[in-house]
Amino acid sequence: MIEGFVALYIFMLAAFTGYEVISKVPVILHTPLMSGSNFVHGIVLVGTMVALGHASTPLEQLIGFVAVILGAGNAVGGYVVTERMLEMFKSSKGGK
Amino acid sequence: MSFIINAAYFIAAVLFIVGLKQMASPVNARRGIIWAGVGMVIATLVTFVHPEVSGLVNYLLIVLGIGIGGALAWWTGKKVPMTDMPQMIALYNGMGGGAAAGIGLIALLQADKHEMSFIIQFIAVLGVLIGSVAFSGSLIAYAKLQGIMKKTLRFGGQQWLNLAVFAITVISGLILAFSGAEVSGNVLLVFFVLALVFGVLMTLPIGGADMPVVISLYNALTGLAVGFKGLVLDNPALMIAGIVVGAAGTLLTQLMAKAMNRPISNVLFSHFGSAGGAEAAEVTGTMKSIEASDAGVMMAFADKVIIVPGYGMAVAQAQHKIWELTQLLQERGVTVKFAIHPVAGRMPGHMNVLLAEAGVPYDIIYDLDEINSEFKTADVAVVIGANDVVNPVARTDPNSPIYGMPILNADQAKNVIVIKRGQGAGFSGVENHLFFADNTRMLYGDGQKVAAELISSIKEIG
Repeated sequence: MIEGFVALYIFMLAAFTGYEVISKVPVILHTPLMSGSNFVHGIVLVGTMVALGHASTPLEQLIGFVAVILGAGNAVGGYVVTERMLEMFKSSKGGK
Repeated sequence: MSFIINAAYFIAAVLFIVGLKQMASPVNARRGIIWAGVGMVIATLVTFVHPEVSGLVNYLLIVLGIGIGGALAWWTGKKVPMTDMPQMIALYNGMGGGAAAGIGLIALLQADKHEMSFIIQFIAVLGVLIGSVAFSGSLIAYAKLQGIMKKTLRFGGQQWLNLAVFAITVISGLILAFSGAEVSGNVLLVFFVLALVFGVLMTLPIGGADMPVVISLYNALTGLAVGFKGLVLDNPALMIAGIVVGAAGTLLTQLMAKAMNRPISNVLFSHFGSAGGAEAAEVTGTMKSIEASDAGVMMAFADKVIIVPGYGMAVAQAQHKIWELTQLLQERGVTVKFAIHPVAGRMPGHMNVLLAEAGVPYDIIYDLDEINSEFKTADVAVVIGANDVVNPVARTDPNSPIYGMPILNADQAKNVIVIKRGQGAGFSGVENHLFFADNTRMLYGDGQKVAAELISSIKEIG
């Protein structure tokens, strides 16, 4: 069980990591990066699977089912659009 | 078994961070998303053997849900044109927020069976609030950018209504957080619905020009909600990925707001253009138009041309023609550079994505700081579909609502050609003094058609 200060440490370190990773990004990558980070929080899918996995009433199952659909949409959609955007970046020297 | 699961989540978290890091450079960006994608697949697969997942019906629902959600998102994501990317990101982001809210709802409904400590219960409630706001707010942002919802709804006392809704949401949330194992379903319903309503109310009065900042903010909020849900579910992968995105998204939001010279609080709580405009300085001079053939000659015999694209180029789908024009000019020995304002288009980097789609190499594309000193030495600045980001009043007129916003100094080029559909003002509703300047010529017409005319006029010169 992750509780109390351990959780706080994880939050603190993760927050600094996120800040650091983005801080030197060129403007041209802002949209792809927003899309990429949008994809990364698609990990919520894993959470929805666990939540639905231990649902016991029909109501919980319904909410969990909708949540899984939404979470899968976030992950898959986020990946597809980010990949499509990044695919197009090339330099004048590199060609296709 | 739990070792394998934890190891898999750990690897996934590492892949996410390394992937995001790689996405911060154009050379590695493609690899970055693939790494992050591998992490996602690993984390998802291993969750099927998670000890808390049980029941045949639940398994079937999981597979079915992933199938439906995944297939729909795959299909829409592949199909959406590049110009509509910002609203798709908003939509997928909203789905993530909704998913996070769903996790919180289930956790709270099960409070009688799986008891939570007060802190965890509080965080579960907070996660539902943030996730719901990000969900409904993102849907409104999507509807606005997609053009489903055209009007920006503003009415008297709106901020008071928002405040009242927010207050009741917070109170019902506190009741939930303090109710321990006896969570009332009715209070939960009220709380959830009001949180959704608040997301809608908060987004409605925000104008389209500010949408990028708002989408980025909701992206950060969803990350935060996911991180909180990680704590509720005791899942480190969710915690780390969520908080990393929350922090990264917050920074990205700040960068955008700074580029627009609009503090985030202003974007959210004030109404753009509702004050100021009236006292703005009068425009002097007249708009002078030019024919495509003359503009073509002007560009063909220039040494250096700087192209300033804006949202108008995206609407007209003119980026391919513009690249053709650029190549033609390059063959004649003209130096062509693209100048991108941080908030050109509907999202920072939106123009870069469109130009990249057309095949423009990223090393002739410059951002504001790199290119602004070069306008003085440019023979022609071509402004296509951009307006507010080249409006010199941002430098000169303290009464203007856009005063202080960093702009591209296109007005300092020897000649300025503005390709524009009509004579209207820009997104902010502010009159653009650049259009009336002595060195400016207006080239009216649809961006794509005009670019085609320019190409043929330059070809005629031979």
